[in-house]
Amino acid sequence: MKQLVRTGIAVISVVLVLAACAEEDPAASAAGGSGSEEPSCDVSSPPLLEDGVLTVATDRPAYPPWFEGSPKNYSGFEGELASEIANRMNLDIKWVVEPFNKSYAPGDKDYDFDINQISITPEREQAVDFSDGYFNDNQGVLALQDSPIVDATTLADLKEARLGTQVGTTSLQFIDDVIQPSTDAKVYDTTNDVKSALESGQLDGLVTDVVTTVYLRDFEIDNSVVVGQYPTEEPFGMIFEQGNPLRLCVNQVLDEMKDDGSLQALQEEWLQDYLGVPTLTD
Amino acid sequence: MSITSGPSRDLDPVGAGSTGPRSGRGSRMLGRRAVLVSTASTVVFFAVIAGAIALAPGSRLVGERFFSWTHIERAAPEVAEAFLLNIRMFVTAEIFILVLGLLIAVTRGLPGPVFFPLRALAVVYTDIFRGVPLILVLYLIGFGVPGLGLQYFSSRSDVTYGIVALVLVYSAYVAEVYRAGIDSIHDSQISAARSLGLSRWQSLRFVVLPQAIRRVIPPLLNDFIGLQKDTALVSVLGSIEAARAAQIYGAEQFNYASYVVAAALFVIITIPLARFTDHLIERDRRRRAAGSVA
Repeated sequence: MKQLVRTGIAVISVVLVLAACAEEDPAASAAGGSGSEEPSCDVSSPPLLEDGVLTVATDRPAYPPWFEGSPKNYSGFEGELASEIANRMNLDIKWVVEPFNKSYAPGDKDYDFDINQISITPEREQAVDFSDGYFNDNQGVLALQDSPIVDATTLADLKEARLGTQVGTTSLQFIDDVIQPSTDAKVYDTTNDVKSALESGQLDGLVTDVVTTVYLRDFEIDNSVVVGQYPTEEPFGMIFEQGNPLRLCVNQVLDEMKDDGSLQALQEEWLQDYLGVPTLTD
Repeated sequence: MSITSGPSRDLDPVGAGSTGPRSGRGSRMLGRRAVLVSTASTVVFFAVIAGAIALAPGSRLVGERFFSWTHIERAAPEVAEAFLLNIRMFVTAEIFILVLGLLIAVTRGLPGPVFFPLRALAVVYTDIFRGVPLILVLYLIGFGVPGLGLQYFSSRSDVTYGIVALVLVYSAYVAEVYRAGIDSIHDSQISAARSLGLSRWQSLRFVVLPQAIRRVIPPLLNDFIGLQKDTALVSVLGSIEAARAAQIYGAEQFNYASYVVAAALFVIITIPLARFTDHLIERDRRRRAAGSVA
């Protein structure tokens, strides 16, 4: 009994302390919410983690066609895009690893920006700063040839399917909010795990961005078909720590690359294949 | 339990008879002072920690990312709903674990050369499943078995595979706990039971196991609590339990407060069990003390 009382008191004091911490919160978040306003960035002396070096982060494993080759010298769409940005700012590039789930953690970053097929959403913009979009991706559905959904042409055809995706992706929101299947979506740690579940028959379909589905079909999963894509047109952005002015430099470079057609050229070079994928209708 | 009242008990191990009622009241007063001291020290302790955290340069950001009340409130329903799956999994698994673990422990103790293969099997089983990380067993069962393409076994749900993996791993731990309990019963008790005419099985059933199991209830509950938390690992097979729901919320909102909600749920369910274990230990201690005096 005594022990209970003591524990009770201890718990209450912990709760009080936590409550005290929580109370400070609303004022604090109000102060921190709005990021930097639009002063321009001085490209000749950008604010960098390390002088003369653009430190860029991505997750590992990094998947083609976004990344190819080794982390020392990535090519692939995002790999070459980051290299080109460094190039145009007269900087060397250095790659570091940043797991997706850590990319929005508070505290100092050990990179200048993170590029990892991260969709820009209003919720996420509360926590980090995004660059302008550098590619608009669609959701794609991949299935094995003997899957019941292999001939699906509309979203309604996918309603009865067992669908799976990687955790933390906008694909899960796409399944839940747009497809709304009768069985709950399955969620896995990595794309590799979704792949295993698809191959072992635990799933009828794998949902991820359409570029990745095409890559998986061509290089990773035998006898698989990209059933279709759905035009969600989600812009991918690079993640910056809130208020980091380097974002403005990168946006200037991105604008340049959009204007002179080099961004388009990179997309055509690396992301061509998805164009042939049929579109799922509502 | 023993923290407050331990010393006075040690000073008077034989019985309360000589000091009588005074000792009772004395220890209660001592207890009240102890409560005050422990409360004060708890408050100071946490105040210091809270102060240090509050004064840290990044405290505003960390508070916002981890303890934002808005996010806690918004994440709570999804995470709590997913937590029902954790409860379903650990309750189902625990039932099988307690039975299978006991079976393995008893098998391991079978006498005579005839049973050598069974004994060896029990040893190999505990060695393997205690040694292999749960995550690997989960992958093997959850992705391997359906991949085999067997008629019945390959078409179960991922939650079923998850529970099977939990049962395999935890029954190995629990078998060892049971074995410790069985070994703690003195041989003379078995001899006595046998000389009363009980068969080997009867003496195990009516003399050894009742005492052994009572002794190991606290460590069994310990493993049960471990099991509760490890149900979170089953999410690698695809189903959304509390920790996964928290992760999904976190990735959508770029905020970790959902993990705090999940942690709170696990703690809330663990604390009553921990207190219940304390209660059992105390009751057992009292019973045995009473027995020794008589």
